[in-house]
Amino acid sequence: MSEKIYGQSRVDGITLLLYFVLVIFGFLAIYSSSHGTEQFHLDFSTQYGKQIIWIAVSVVVGAALFLIDVRFFEVFSYAFFGFWMLLLFLVIFFGVEVNGARSWFAIGSFRLQPAEFAKFGVALALSRYVSDIDTDMKSLRYQLITAAIIMTPIALIVLQGDAGSGLVFFSFILVLYREGLSGNVLILGIAAVIIAVLTFNFGFVVLVAALVILAGIITAFIYTNTSMLKWVWILALTCIGYSKGVDFAFNHLLQEHQQKRILVMLGLLDDPQGLGYNVNQSKIAIGSGGFWGKGYLQGTQTKGDFVPEQHTDFIFTSIGEEFGWVGSTVVIVVFVLLFMRISMLAERQRSKFSRVYAYCVLSVLFFHFLINIAMTINLAPVIGIPLPFFSYGGSSLISFTALLFLLLRLDANRENELDSYY
Amino acid sequence: MTHNQNRSTIIRIAIVFFALILISKLFYLQVISDKYAEKAASLSIRAVIEFPDRGLITDRNNEIIVFNEDAHDLVVHFPFNKKEFDLDEFCRLVRFSKNEVEERLANARSSRYNGKGLFIKNLSATEFARIQEGLFQFPQFSIESRSDRKYKHNIAAHTLGYVAEISRRELERDKKEYYDIGENIGKSGLERHYEELLRGVKGKKYYLKDNTGKLKERYENGKNDTKAAVGKQLMTSLDVLIQEYGEKLMAGKTGSVVAIEPSTGEILAMVTSPGYKPDMFAIKNLGKNYSKLASDPEKPLLNRATSSVYPPGSTFKVAMALIALQEEVITPNTRFSCSNGFHLGGLTVRCHSHASMPNVQYSIQTSCNAFYCNAYREILHQDKFKTIEEGYNNWRGYLVRMGLGSTLGTDISSEKPGNVPNAAYFHRIHGENKWNYARIISMSIGQGELLLSPMQMANMSAMVANRGYYYTPHFIRGENIPNDFTEKHETGIDAKHFTTVIDGMRAVMTNGTGAYVQIPGIEICGKTGTAQNPHGENHSIFIAFAPKDNPKIAIATVVENAGYGATWAAPICTLMIEKYINRDSVSQRPALENKMFTSAITDKTKHE
Ligand SMILES: [Zn+2]
Repeated sequence: MSEKIYGQSRVDGITLLLYFVLVIFGFLAIYSSSHGTEQFHLDFSTQYGKQIIWIAVSVVVGAALFLIDVRFFEVFSYAFFGFWMLLLFLVIFFGVEVNGARSWFAIGSFRLQPAEFAKFGVALALSRYVSDIDTDMKSLRYQLITAAIIMTPIALIVLQGDAGSGLVFFSFILVLYREGLSGNVLILGIAAVIIAVLTFNFGFVVLVAALVILAGIITAFIYTNTSMLKWVWILALTCIGYSKGVDFAFNHLLQEHQQKRILVMLGLLDDPQGLGYNVNQSKIAIGSGGFWGKGYLQGTQTKGDFVPEQHTDFIFTSIGEEFGWVGSTVVIVVFVLLFMRISMLAERQRSKFSRVYAYCVLSVLFFHFLINIAMTINLAPVIGIPLPFFSYGGSSLISFTALLFLLLRLDANRENELDSYY
Repeated sequence: MTHNQNRSTIIRIAIVFFALILISKLFYLQVISDKYAEKAASLSIRAVIEFPDRGLITDRNNEIIVFNEDAHDLVVHFPFNKKEFDLDEFCRLVRFSKNEVEERLANARSSRYNGKGLFIKNLSATEFARIQEGLFQFPQFSIESRSDRKYKHNIAAHTLGYVAEISRRELERDKKEYYDIGENIGKSGLERHYEELLRGVKGKKYYLKDNTGKLKERYENGKNDTKAAVGKQLMTSLDVLIQEYGEKLMAGKTGSVVAIEPSTGEILAMVTSPGYKPDMFAIKNLGKNYSKLASDPEKPLLNRATSSVYPPGSTFKVAMALIALQEEVITPNTRFSCSNGFHLGGLTVRCHSHASMPNVQYSIQTSCNAFYCNAYREILHQDKFKTIEEGYNNWRGYLVRMGLGSTLGTDISSEKPGNVPNAAYFHRIHGENKWNYARIISMSIGQGELLLSPMQMANMSAMVANRGYYYTPHFIRGENIPNDFTEKHETGIDAKHFTTVIDGMRAVMTNGTGAYVQIPGIEICGKTGTAQNPHGENHSIFIAFAPKDNPKIAIATVVENAGYGATWAAPICTLMIEKYINRDSVSQRPALENKMFTSAITDKTKHE
């Protein structure tokens, strides 16, 4: 390699800057939504006061990562993974119930949500496994183990009763795509979602009829090509079978409140006072912000606590109301810049472990960002996942910070990586 | 690795693509659609209304008639968050069953207006005290206090009118959007006519509220708040003394009395009977009384002074005499022969027996019909008119200028125009100009098609008292008086002609049909009348004014089904005049007064 080997590279300042911009913007939003007044008054019993502590803790944790040997995380990645999976398992039995999900440990007034940190463990384990020189990506064994790394936390979190947080782990498919997973898998996934949605919308029977008629029409056009014809009908029957499966799962496996939630999300059930209440209030708050917003600390909906969970999962409503479309767009652009930067960092890594890890970070952050904002404007179902660096709460802020800072740690050390695997 | 680096590009494009979707949807929500801004405003700002006291109503001497007492409603604010609502506790507070609470909530929700629904209307004093005590636990509820009307003098219901909750229709018509549901508005009478003056201006204090309806700080530091302004006091022209007296005199009778101060057009009293007491229509009593009174066959809600019209009978001869004199078809010395009536071919208009050949003054005194039949011919068939239409329109023009046959434009609604037919009406009946005075002769003695309201008769009396002009009769007095009521209406009859006619009216009281009700010391001028009533006993009518010089009061009374004007209407008129002029001193005719107080004229005992 070049003379720069063993050279000391520096922490990526752009990422760091974007991180602090988001954290500060997030703090301002929490300050507003937790009744901060124009006269700032430091009070650690308030939510914004506590958030200051969490920001400080996060920065300390992030900085501490730089003190630890860079090999540590790679070497102990499986141990990390195992540790957090164990906690996810234990919380099912020893956790406290919050909003119907048993996903929090409570030790005194201190609370910990292992699901937030499990992302970190999965990211490390996945990076380690995918980057392992012995891994044969084409083998069934590889595929099964990869699936197991992703599916284990999902299963455990669903058992806690918090399906939303579980969904986050599907975002790692993006990492696998980057590392060579066939694009067809993604297309298949999207098709599966579309058929499921159509099933809810029109019902199983109508969907079957439509598929049969469609297949019939195609048959009429290509009846000479028997091998094509065979595939058309196999596809149609697969779709029908899958649709039936979705139908069955919806009607027999889901509980009533889960069914309702899906129907409300798909716009098939109007329920402004019940499940749709949050989204309705969220849309009103954001929509009333207008182009420029109502001004900081001037949001009537924010001040009046109209949006439930505003300081956590619906923190974006405070931005939308007080800073308007301009402010919302600025926040989205800063996020996108961060994602672009992370993607750039990823591609400049010499170590495959580091690159895969960087994509893990990107996937998790992007999924949270996309779903969280989309749900506040009724483009995605209300699954309780936080907006990275914005939402109130220690667990999520510390875990996102650690996730990102470890990437910075790896990146800062990239010149020292003699990637033996290449 | 180029293959996988392409994938990183795809991932970046995907990220930007999804970000653009978010930005576009936000653009739609925040910039294009404005329904969310409106919703936000209605959800998060609560206007706390400060209701000003409604203006008091006084009589002409500043005696208070109507004042206020507080009434309280329990209202609920929407959106209603059931999660934070302790139903059991609330049931204990309001002492309703759960079902009733749910039902009232549903009703309040469906009839809510500006996010506010009525939960309990008109809390009693004990309810108010109890609920106010515990209401802090239920921030979505609040007590709103309004005023209800109280009456120091429980009189003049039809004039005062009443106040009640605004109806849906009135809300829709309220283009300035001043009113909210559940608020009160003047429904009739002066309360309605002077609503804007009496109601004042409500104040609004805007607060931010949270999702439970709890008020937080002032919205924009109160810069949108408006101050309440107390309703103005309305001084009316009524005189409590004679209004009260008139209602007592008319008790048990059907009909009305209107008394006017001629020099101003101010209505001193307007009595209609059978009537009701105004406090029966106070907000708290309205519910139990309204339908009962509305369905009463005696029609106590009908304002007979303005809405019932009658042929004026012989009282109309005053107008006829004036027109004839002004048209110079007669002089004060002109006499027409009368042989117990007027005879033309087969037509006979009978007359009471009196000395023959009356002149105009004597014809008023004795109420000679023949005189006016003849005078009518002279008025209508003058040489200057080419057709009967011209002559008729000339005559009708005088009546129109006297305010007869059309609404006067007083400050209470419910005025009926009465009827003074136009020439076209007779053209239709008799053929174009194929009629003459004989065909319409009954109008010359105040019968036939002619119909006037007691208000118009009183106004005619005031016009005579003024010697030729009148002011539109009205109830408002003092500084707020509109210009319409200070404008003189000239009738086009010269003052000199009034001397003759008024002498006649004076003679009615001294030597004529009203002689037995004269009052020592007061120079009353009057004219009796009897309106033919095809459905029963005739209506007794009397118009008068007094004193003869510088008249202070002009009056008209109609007593239905009571026979001759002299028997019932005249005593009531003169007692009213006596009371008004002599004020507190007792009547010089106690027997007559007592008879009026105690007699009832029903269908069975029509008159003595
Ligand atoms: Zn005669």
